[in-house]
Amino acid sequence: MSKHLVRRHSYVARVGHWLTVFSFFVVTLSGLAFFFPSLRWLTAIFGTPQLAQLLHPIFGIIMILGLCILFVKNVAHAILDKDDVPWFTNVIEILKGREHEVVEVGQYNAGQKMLFWTIIGLGAVLIVTGIIAWQPYFAPLFPVSVVRLCLVLHSLSAIALMLGIIVHAYMAFWYKGTIRGMIRGTVTRKWAALHHPRWLREIEKGEDAHSSRLSS
Amino acid sequence: MSLQTQDYLARSGTNALTPPPRARDAQLKVAKLIDVSICIGCKACQVACAEWNDLREEVGFNVGKYENPLNLSSETWTVMRFNEIEENGKLQWLIRKDGCMHCSDPGCLKACPSPGAIVKHANGIVDFISENCIGCGYCVTGCPFDVPRISSHDKRAYKCTLCVDRVSVGQEPACVKTCPTSAIRFGTKEDMKHVAEERIAELQSRGFANAGLYDPEGVGGTHVMYVLHHADRPELYNGLPKDPKINPLIGFWKGIFKPLAAVGFAVTFAAAALHYLAVGPIDPEEHDEEEKS
Repeated sequence: MSKHLVRRHSYVARVGHWLTVFSFFVVTLSGLAFFFPSLRWLTAIFGTPQLAQLLHPIFGIIMILGLCILFVKNVAHAILDKDDVPWFTNVIEILKGREHEVVEVGQYNAGQKMLFWTIIGLGAVLIVTGIIAWQPYFAPLFPVSVVRLCLVLHSLSAIALMLGIIVHAYMAFWYKGTIRGMIRGTVTRKWAALHHPRWLREIEKGEDAHSSRLSS
Repeated sequence: MSLQTQDYLARSGTNALTPPPRARDAQLKVAKLIDVSICIGCKACQVACAEWNDLREEVGFNVGKYENPLNLSSETWTVMRFNEIEENGKLQWLIRKDGCMHCSDPGCLKACPSPGAIVKHANGIVDFISENCIGCGYCVTGCPFDVPRISSHDKRAYKCTLCVDRVSVGQEPACVKTCPTSAIRFGTKEDMKHVAEERIAELQSRGFANAGLYDPEGVGGTHVMYVLHHADRPELYNGLPKDPKINPLIGFWKGIFKPLAAVGFAVTFAAAALHYLAVGPIDPEEHDEEEKS
């Protein structure tokens, strides 16, 4: 690994992420058209409104497959622990852009961990409610009252997920140097030292052990 | 058909700020009146419906009930429901012709997300404009009477049209035309209420003290009405709901939730923009060595 770069996301994790992004994008646009009928033109992402109705669930499943990859790749680092407490008590300072002054973050900060569980939870609700309400295949197997409840829960959790993803994308935009990590897989040591110093120390410890093994 | 597109009192998926064309609304409301007390369960109405509308249900199986077909479907827009009720040592055979009730406040139209897939005409008929249907099935969840069905063949919703094509040229619906006992009548809603009054008075004089008209207020009244001998207990007639209403979840989903979600998006985007303008980017290159070591 180069002197000023460290690996942050594996190739598989990046493919999973962008697969999720792509399918989220088309599923969200068509879903918004179903939720706000005045935005019917958004169904054009799939060609016609009928095709949007047909393909929305298919791409929803693709999105969930992408999320499954992200879950497997990240769940071990997403467990909230006592080291996350200072992040919560200093959240105002963090929003002012002083995260690096008030907390020492590991691989992920508490906000990222919460967002992870929010996305996983909402994804689970979306896939279950979406399959139950899926016409004309699965919905006829369930009572109408169950399908109705699922459609409402589906739209509630979809709107919540969209808002969460807006926050997620903004954070990546706000902390410069983040997006390259998800594209090229590497981040600068400066970036890591600023936002994830505890994680960088662990990486460097591993590098030291590795190089000392090589030299001996 | 194009003239009918100028009498839409309501059109699904259409903003109230841009109402559908409705200049030709000086029309009398129509209604179908089904008098269950003189229905003999012959199913001629089912046949007439299939004939006129070119519908052919797949041949099913005898499961030991009179219902045939067993349920409504995309190819069966009306079906006779048979219920045997035993009370006070007496058996009553209650027969009800089931199908779309053509609500004045149609739950299907309220739930439908596809602009112009469901319309309400000035004469009260609620119709599905199938070319605009996307087959999502929201109408199924909006209907208090469990009427619309999604076709597994073409993935679109279907139900009784009240023979809108016949009515618009001055004819009665096919089921009305064919009914051998005149248990199904058709005319203006006003006239049908008068007919119903006479029938109800007659039923009451014959001992059916609770005879009455089924024209439920909860959905703004319906353009298909029943004369029932037990109007106090409509559930006896194969679960006809006593006080049908559009489910409150539909009201939330299609009502307050939409503006709330829109505000949610606006606030989130605005917060992000304002935050960025206030705090600016966090760029490691600008932080240099201060945090090192």
